[in-house]
Amino acid sequence: MHVELDEPKCVASGQCVLAAPEVFDQRDEDGIAFVLDEQPAGDTLDAVREAVAICPAAAIRLVQR
Amino acid sequence: MADTLTVAGPGPSAPVPEFPMPRAAGCPFDPPPGLGAAREEGPLTKVRLWDGKDYWLLTRYADQRAVLLDPRVSADLTRPGYPLQAPSNGTNNISFILMDDPEHARLRRMVTAPFAIKRVEALRPAVQKIVDDLIDEMLAGPHPVDLVEAFALPVPSLVICALLGVPYDDHDFFQENSKVLIRRDADMADRAAAHGKLVGYLDQLMGEKTAHPGDDLLSGLVARVRSGELTRTDAAQMGVLLLLAGHETTANMIALGTLALLEHPEQLALLRDTDDPKLIASAVEELLRYLSIVHGGRRRAVLADIEVAGQVIRAGEGVIMPNDLANRDPEAFPDPDRLDLTRDARRHVAFGFGVHQCLGQPLARMELQVVYGTLYRRVPGLRAAAGIGELPFKHDGSVYGVHELPVTW
Repeated sequence: MHVELDEPKCVASGQCVLAAPEVFDQRDEDGIAFVLDEQPAGDTLDAVREAVAICPAAAIRLVQR
Repeated sequence: MADTLTVAGPGPSAPVPEFPMPRAAGCPFDPPPGLGAAREEGPLTKVRLWDGKDYWLLTRYADQRAVLLDPRVSADLTRPGYPLQAPSNGTNNISFILMDDPEHARLRRMVTAPFAIKRVEALRPAVQKIVDDLIDEMLAGPHPVDLVEAFALPVPSLVICALLGVPYDDHDFFQENSKVLIRRDADMADRAAAHGKLVGYLDQLMGEKTAHPGDDLLSGLVARVRSGELTRTDAAQMGVLLLLAGHETTANMIALGTLALLEHPEQLALLRDTDDPKLIASAVEELLRYLSIVHGGRRRAVLADIEVAGQVIRAGEGVIMPNDLANRDPEAFPDPDRLDLTRDARRHVAFGFGVHQCLGQPLARMELQVVYGTLYRRVPGLRAAAGIGELPFKHDGSVYGVHELPVTW
C-alpha cells in the first residue's frame, strides 16, 4: 500500500503527525504535511488508516499500486 | 415564532422546533433533549432560527462529516441561506473562519506554522510550569475558590498571550470584551463595540511591534503587512480571532471538564492515579467528545444542490450541524451518553471537520493534557463547593461551560 497526500488540500491540522509520526511530518514554514515513509507496513499501516480517517481535509489516501 | 402553522418538517403537521434548544434541567452535560428527538426523526430535519426561517438540521455523524468536507457548501455568512447566529450587518469582520477557499486557505496558512505538532510540543514544559505555578498559588490561597477565575481562564490566557505576543496584564480588558462577543443574546451594537475595541487594541499592539518586532505570532503578521500580503485591518482581525479562540474554548473545557469528572468520581480516579500519557490523551479526547462545548451547531450555506441521506438540499438553503449531536451518535460511538475515559474517542468532531476545523487544536489538546494530567494528582481532594444545581451554566454563550466553579479540597 502506498500513502498519497494531496498537498493542496492539506490544512496543516497535524492530525496525521499525531496518528502516525513515523509516516508524516509538517513543513516548518506553514505546517503543511509531507510523507516520510510512502510504504508503511504492519502496525504503522494501521496508524496511517487512522490518519486517513481523522484528516479533516480528507487529504490522505492509501492506494494499491 | 413557535406557534406558526407552517409545515416544513418531516411530520405532516409537527411544528418546526426552534433552535438552539434548551438543555434538560439536571442534565448539564447532555445535548438538549430536543436534539435527541430530532435524531429519532431521521438524518435530516428542519429547525427554525431566531429569524423565523427554517433550516436543515443534520443529525448524523457521517452526514455532518461529509457535508463539512463538501466544497459546495460555504462558511461565508453573506451567502443566501446562511443560518445566522444572530442579526448581522452582513459583513464578515472575524477573519478567515467565515471565508471560503482560496482566500480562507491563503489567510489561514499565514498562521498555521506555530500550531504544528512539534512547535506545540516544544511549548509543553512552559505550559507545565504555568499550570504548576497556578496550582501552587491556588493551594497557598484561601478556599473555596472559583476555579474558573483562579485556574481555568488564566492557563489558556497566559499561553495564548505568550504565543501571540500580547501582554497578559491586559487580560481584564480582552476577557471582558471577549465575553460580550460570544454571548448569544448580546445585541448587535454591543457586539460591534466590543469587537471594535479588540481590533483597535490589536492594531495598536501591532503598531508597536512594527518598531520592536519580537519572536511571536503577531510580529509574524506585522511582517506580512509590511510585505503587502495582508492589510493592517486583516491582521488585527486575525489577531482578535486567535486571542479569542485561544482562551475561551480551552478555559471552558478545563472548568466544565473538571465538573464532569467530579460528577463521575470513578472516571476522575483514573486520571488521579495515572501518569500514563496515553490514558491522559485518551481522557482529553473523550471529554472533548462528551462535552462538545461549541454547541451552536456548525453552519453552512449550500451553493449548489447536494444530496444528504437520499434527500436533495437545494442551492440557497442553509444547514446546521450540531457537533454535540454527531459526537453522541450511537453509530459512531457505542453507548454514546456514557463518559468513558478509556474509550477511543479520537474521531470526534468537537473541533469541527473539513477545512475550517479548529486551527488551535494541537495547542488545546496539549494544554488539556497538561491540565488534566496535573490538577487532580496535585489536588487529590478537589471537590465542588456548590451543588451542581446552583452553578451558573453558559446556556447563553456560543461556547458552553460554567461561569463559575467554586471548589475546595
